[in-house]
Amino acid sequence: MGTITFVEHDGTPHQVELEDGSSLMELATNHGVPGIDGDCGGEASCGTCHVIVDDAWITTTGTRTDLESQMVEMSPECGPNSRLACQLRASPALDGLTVHLPEFQM
Amino acid sequence: MGRDRVIVVGAGHASAQLCVSLRQGGWEGEIVLLGDEPSLPYQRPPLSKTFLHGTTTLTDLLIRGPEFYEKEDVTFRHARVTGIDRKAGTVALDDGDALSYDRLVLCTGARPRSLAVPGAELAGVHALRDAADIEAIRGTLRTARRAVIVGAGYIGLEAAASLRKLGIEVAVLEVADRVLQRVTAPEVSAFYDRVHREEGVDLRTGVGVAGFEGDRHVRAVRLTDGTEIPADLVVVGVGVLPNVELARDAGLAVENGILVDEHGRTDDPAIFAAGDCANHYDVRYATRMRLECVANALEHAKAIAGAICGKENPISALPWFWSDQYDLKLQIAGLSTGHDEVLLRGNPADGRSFACFYLADGRLIAADCVNRPKEFMFSKRAITQELAPDRELLADPDTPLISLLQTPARSAP
Ligand SMILES: Cc1cc2nc3c(=O)[nH]c(=O)nc-3n(C[C@H](O)[C@H](O)[C@H](O)COP(=O)(O)OP(=O)(O)OC[C@H]3O[C@@H](n4cnc5c(N)ncnc54)[C@H](O)[C@@H]3O)c2cc1C
Ligand code: FES
Repeated sequence: MGTITFVEHDGTPHQVELEDGSSLMELATNHGVPGIDGDCGGEASCGTCHVIVDDAWITTTGTRTDLESQMVEMSPECGPNSRLACQLRASPALDGLTVHLPEFQM
Repeated sequence: MGRDRVIVVGAGHASAQLCVSLRQGGWEGEIVLLGDEPSLPYQRPPLSKTFLHGTTTLTDLLIRGPEFYEKEDVTFRHARVTGIDRKAGTVALDDGDALSYDRLVLCTGARPRSLAVPGAELAGVHALRDAADIEAIRGTLRTARRAVIVGAGYIGLEAAASLRKLGIEVAVLEVADRVLQRVTAPEVSAFYDRVHREEGVDLRTGVGVAGFEGDRHVRAVRLTDGTEIPADLVVVGVGVLPNVELARDAGLAVENGILVDEHGRTDDPAIFAAGDCANHYDVRYATRMRLECVANALEHAKAIAGAICGKENPISALPWFWSDQYDLKLQIAGLSTGHDEVLLRGNPADGRSFACFYLADGRLIAADCVNRPKEFMFSKRAITQELAPDRELLADPDTPLISLLQTPARSAP
């Protein structure tokens, strides 16, 4: 298995073990990473799992879907690499991935 | 000296969040989670949505996996709390044990209201609140042909949609004269009425249930006008009652929920209450309220963790809710109570996508958004910022919403 790193807005990194098939939101909440709430349980309904994929990784993860766009684009912190962590599935290809957390979830 | 102990009663949405927020807030003492359901806290909303017709298991629904509780040193025990002794600072368990607490948090949720009519105890008549209810309903789905849902609130309508997906004939009975009457504007009710009929639901409003017919298993639902509707499966979704008995018996103040302040604290400084069972003082709305939604349970838990860890964080977040039926993703921001105007973006009389904005004195206070995630996220922000957006632009589907976020906040008249 590998790891995925969530970097809090203040720069604090949290390395969590990659579990194939889990969403990034599930990995973060199972490890108590602060700054990802996941209030709707992964239904792309709440928008509280906004992450910004590190530039080096965006081609591997792919950019956001239309539904994700509608959810994150109203956030003042939305950027081209913004995604919903609940819509990103962990797989061995993402070993070493880094994602950044916004200052606020909406 | 032993470590201080927080005891959490009830293992649901509020308590799962409380465990996280307590540790994040720096609580180093013990956390003991006592639940009368056998499982660790799981997501309740999917029960009437994907879980009812799908193949997901309860493990898939856990809010956090077992490794989380292990890592955060949270002890889960499957037990029902039967009483609180405030003088001794202990709770009594149904297995005869007693545990002492330094802080006690009641997260006991709510239970389904039952229908006091003849036949309500027949086999085949189900409530829809927990995993056991769903397992029981799922067990009947292979043979069920005709289902009757009593109550056209969100849970009843979600159950109707899930059962239609399985090809089961569904009738929905509602005593009010429109669906979702308690929670939405007439325009939104009319929309859901139309969609359910389009999906083949036999929807009847303004009808009362007189009783359930059958010998051991339900065979039909009898209405107050004498009509009988054949049914081999009945789901009753007519609202819930907050579980306040523990608090009331311990002498704590109870009035439509356990009364707590903006930090989730009861009139006993060592005891808190969160989620569906709690009636809190809300800082944003400057009034008391009891809500039944996940967002509210999470906000309560965060406030209580703040109070316990000495980092005050009073209850003030904007409430929001969601509901999935067929291909409809409904997202609701804010509370529409007190609105004096309704504005539509898109047409609910046609198609399956629109937003219904609720305004009070020109300010946006709530929004029901059907297949409109952008409108929902816009509303969350606009309501929080107390914006009074231009009415015409708000209703104009060609005006980008983001441009309306720049409207300066209007000061109160
Ligand atoms: C079918 C369904 C669909 C829903 N859909 C949505 C939705 O889409 N969006 C939304 O926001 N909300 C939804 N809700 C509401 C949401 O699930 C509740 O608001 C939320 O679960 C409240 O969390 P809670 O922690 O207060 O209580 P609960 O999650 O109900 O947990 C309370 C727990 O305490 C236990 N308990 C009670 N008394 C005792 C005792 N004495 N000792 C030990 N344990 C005890 C109960 O058995 C229960 O397990 C839905 C609810 C249902 C039932
Ligand atoms: S968890 Fe709610 S949108 Fe991702």
